[in-house]
Amino acid sequence: MARNMKMSDKDAGAAMPRAPASPASAARAMKAVYGWLLLLPALLLLAAFTHYPAIATLWHSFFSTPKGRRPAVFVGLDNYQTMRDDPVFWRALWNNLWFALGTIPTSVALALVMALWVNRNLPGRGFLRLSYFTPTVLPMVAVANIWLFFYTPQYGLIAQVLGIFGLPGVNWLGSRETALPALMLVSVWKEAGFFMIFYLAALQGVSPSLREAAMLEGASRWQYFRRVLWPLLMPTTLFVLINALINAFRLIDHVVVMTRGGPDNASTLLLFYIFQVGFSFWDTAYAATLTVVLLAVLGLAALLKFRWLDKRTHYQ
Amino acid sequence: MKRASAHRSEQASAGPEHQGPAESRAMARTGMAQARTGAMLDTIGAWLLGILWILPLLYAVWAAIHPPAYATRFDLFAPLTLENFARAWDAAPFPRYFLNTFFLVTMVLAAQLVLSTMAGYAFARYEFRGRDFVFMLVLLQLMVMPDVLIVENYRTMSWLGVRDTVFAIGLPYFASAFGIFLLRQTFKTIPRELEEAARVEGANGWQILMKVYVPLARPTYIAYGLVSVSYHWNNFLWPLIITNSVNTRPLTVGLQVFSSSDQGIDWSVITAATLLSAAPLLIAFLLFQRQFVQSFLRAGIR
Repeated sequence: MARNMKMSDKDAGAAMPRAPASPASAARAMKAVYGWLLLLPALLLLAAFTHYPAIATLWHSFFSTPKGRRPAVFVGLDNYQTMRDDPVFWRALWNNLWFALGTIPTSVALALVMALWVNRNLPGRGFLRLSYFTPTVLPMVAVANIWLFFYTPQYGLIAQVLGIFGLPGVNWLGSRETALPALMLVSVWKEAGFFMIFYLAALQGVSPSLREAAMLEGASRWQYFRRVLWPLLMPTTLFVLINALINAFRLIDHVVVMTRGGPDNASTLLLFYIFQVGFSFWDTAYAATLTVVLLAVLGLAALLKFRWLDKRTHYQ
Repeated sequence: MKRASAHRSEQASAGPEHQGPAESRAMARTGMAQARTGAMLDTIGAWLLGILWILPLLYAVWAAIHPPAYATRFDLFAPLTLENFARAWDAAPFPRYFLNTFFLVTMVLAAQLVLSTMAGYAFARYEFRGRDFVFMLVLLQLMVMPDVLIVENYRTMSWLGVRDTVFAIGLPYFASAFGIFLLRQTFKTIPRELEEAARVEGANGWQILMKVYVPLARPTYIAYGLVSVSYHWNNFLWPLIITNSVNTRPLTVGLQVFSSSDQGIDWSVITAATLLSAAPLLIAFLLFQRQFVQSFLRAGIR
């Protein structure tokens, strides 16, 4: 290779002494062109459906919603003022934060416990892995439909079981106190198995000699977990936490199916409110303004994740 | 790692030299006994959680294969029936929904594989100015997914005049940052010597990609394919927004329309429809459990 390059450099020098571009650099330029050509289709589509809409969202948040023949006019921060004074927006944001706070630690902790169990040689390991992971494969819409039945007052499964013990039924999805927690439960059930997979992968990378050494030294299982496993699993935990955070703001299928944000907006989430404002009230400008807030939240998660990805890619 | 070794030295200093041999043997025995009871507790806990976790699904199966009268009454001798499935199948255009979902998933996967291969190859093996910056721009899609940009993407689809088509459901997902990232990482691990050997034999850039890189990245393709298919089979919000007719609705939206309309509270039929729509993926998962889990692992970890 090197000899070839030298040869061609010399040839080029002899042929056209003043040309600034030698064949080598021409080849490099060609390679750059090919590189861009290979990227082009993907970049165009990404720009059209990710970058452009993100910027357009910000742009449209400064305009009014076009109505009939009246075009959109620049209104400055009016939409943001409306948002500041909109109790439903604050309700949705708080609900979403509670939702994240309620589901993320629970599902991550459960995922870790599941992974620790499945990673050991317990009897029926195949069944356990299957049962933990299966909810992940089901569509959220299907899951929500099944749980909708569980929660149905009087007739539903939970009501029936409570009835056996003579306990009064609760309208789980119909009362303000229980609607959001009921949605959280569905979310945890669906997601824990998914996060388990990541922990399982990390655990399989932990050398068994570490455990043996710890046991030989008389460390208890808790000490082994706390001092050895937990620090080793830290990168996985971070990764899972960020993914869980994104999912908490991105997935609203269960809200659409089970409560439609009700009762009295007690279970509305930010994206669901955007969906309502955008496609039920057709107030696209205000929906854009709300989306800006959602993008800010996701951007924060992005920052965290990029730092994490950076660390990972340096290893490779 | 560091903590582990620190712990070890601590333990060593307080270790066996303070004890007689008999004592340490006794300790070993109680340790064994403790380990055994620990394992027992683990097994019980794991099984309790396992049963609890599978129960909702088992219950759905129960409701679907028994007459509505037994939906909440547990009787081992309740008559089995496929009536609920038949009624669900007749009550809504499920064959059409299946077809739409099948088209959608195939189209999205095909586009994603082609585009991600090209872009991943460019990022892994071509050097040009601005490459790393563009790569960051691509990765941005990992957080700002089309799933949340529903208002603007709806506007774009209206402008393109493709609203209410299966094509419009898939279009925002054709370029996948996740796929590009995965393939770039995989291509980077393939030794350059292989590429140079092919080049010596006279292969051009395109042939090298197709003959060297793509075959060697097969596990990644399978992993990505499974993740993509299950994602788009299950995707709901965007299809709900962009479609409004039977001919374009995928299964998830069809199921929602079916169960929220005039079915009343015939849960047996709704559960049957729910299982029906999840069945292909569920059966594929049960058959290829290992590959599924491996794929999710590979896709997530890399």
